Amino acid sequence: MSDFVYLFRASEGGRRQALGTPEQAQRSLSAWLAWIRELEAKGHLKDPGQPLEPAGRLVRGPKKVVTDGPYVEAKELVLGFIVVEARDLAQAVDLAKGCPMLEGDGSVEVRPVEAAMLGQLGR
Amino acid sequence: MVAALTRIFGVQNLALAEDVVQDAFCRALTVWKVRGVPDNPSAWLMATAKNRALDAIRRERTARTFAPELGRLLESEWTTAPVVEEAFAAPTIRDEQLRMMFSCCHPRLPEPAQVALILNILCGFGAKEIAGAFLTSRAAIEKRIARGKKVLAGAKRLFDLRDTEFTARLSAVRRALYLLFSEGYHGASAESAVRVELCQEAMRLTALLREHPPAATPETNALAALLCLHAARLPARLDAGGDLSPLGDQDRSRWDAGLIAEGLALLERSAAGPRLTAYHIEAAIAATHAAAASVETTDWRQVVSLYDRLMAIAPSPVVALNRAIAIAQRDGPDRGMEELRAIKDRDRLKGYPFHPAAMGELELRRGNPRAARKHFAAALALARNPTERRFLQKRVRACGSLSG
Repeated sequence: MSDFVYLFRASEGGRRQALGTPEQAQRSLSAWLAWIRELEAKGHLKDPGQPLEPAGRLVRGPKKVVTDGPYVEAKELVLGFIVVEARDLAQAVDLAKGCPMLEGDGSVEVRPVEAAMLGQLGR
Repeated sequence: MVAALTRIFGVQNLALAEDVVQDAFCRALTVWKVRGVPDNPSAWLMATAKNRALDAIRRERTARTFAPELGRLLESEWTTAPVVEEAFAAPTIRDEQLRMMFSCCHPRLPEPAQVALILNILCGFGAKEIAGAFLTSRAAIEKRIARGKKVLAGAKRLFDLRDTEFTARLSAVRRALYLLFSEGYHGASAESAVRVELCQEAMRLTALLREHPPAATPETNALAALLCLHAARLPARLDAGGDLSPLGDQDRSRWDAGLIAEGLALLERSAAGPRLTAYHIEAAIAATHAAAASVETTDWRQVVSLYDRLMAIAPSPVVALNRAIAIAQRDGPDRGMEELRAIKDRDRLKGYPFHPAAMGELELRRGNPRAARKHFAAALALARNPTERRFLQKRVRACGSLSG
């Protein structure tokens, strides 16, 4: 089994669509809850992760320039992450297809955790 | 609300659940004092409790483990708020209350402790009110509740309604609801003799039981019938002056016809089972009273024979007391008096004012106002609240005017 980070993205409009009214938020949140429960029940939930606020600060370069951001001008915001345990990338992708955010304009980026990085450096 | 919160925190953190509810109530009182009571106080309270629950989860999540059913869902902000939201949704609250009721009836707890726990956790009654219902001391009840909560916490999770123990626990749950209703009906606590809201709580929880098909047995229907038929008399239990009105003096036009009809229908449905239980018999007694236009036209032979059967399957000094009163109605006060004197375990009625009051009533009817007065005075000394006191004072005065 390997670990995979799911990065969830959506446009600001899509986010508003999902959480705009209390009823919509209620529906989105219970769909989310159901999906996470399913992952956990099947033993795939390695880390329940955290959602992220849309805005923060960006620190960049040797001069450590601080700007508002991170992605005020970006079309898509990172909404948060979870860590899933799966046999391989194919299974991780399959599991991601159940994400309720995909019903709107959201996307799930499935990224294997690179366990060998330090090992390669050492070579 | 405690049940909903226990679903989140787990039974081992019952105290935390109670703290959160307490906190929400305190907050409500403080805010309402300044801004006035909101349009929908229960929704306001619910929202406050949810927020307090979220605070508690965030504060405690590294230090404690919560409900095992929720796994790791409370570790993440993705799912924390939805889990709290879900716990407070109406169907969940209903299920959790049922599970809590059944959890309180743990076989390792003696029955009185089970009942005390339900009254405390699900109905929010204090140790003093519960002590009144059981005719025991407050300290004893506090001990019972504390011990009960320890057993609950040891069980790790709330009772699963599909468990094989379901039927055994169901019977303890019914008994608890019965006693809860009695506490409201005969109220021993200081505030008021008839606390309608306690009866309503018992009826609410019984209805909850009946909504869950495996719990809606003939015996449960008999209990529901009994509660309806007694509740129907509540509007007449206090007279216009707010004084306790005994069955004989009640204005029967004030009995709730809707509840009587519902009770009779339930009693009919309760006949579907093979067993005749104490609830069936008590409901039948209440139905006999409900069918009569007055004390004089009541079928007392029927009432006495029902009490005989009740004594055979569920003997108690209070049942014996009521049976003696029914016999006095059927055969006259002399026979009633004999029965009253013959009650076994009369010691257990020592703190119960209606035992000497019944003796006073019968002595009055036998034409012995002096003896009656003594009994009523003894009853008065045992009165547990102002309503009982006023009622018994009136009875004492009634003897005085007779003896001139």
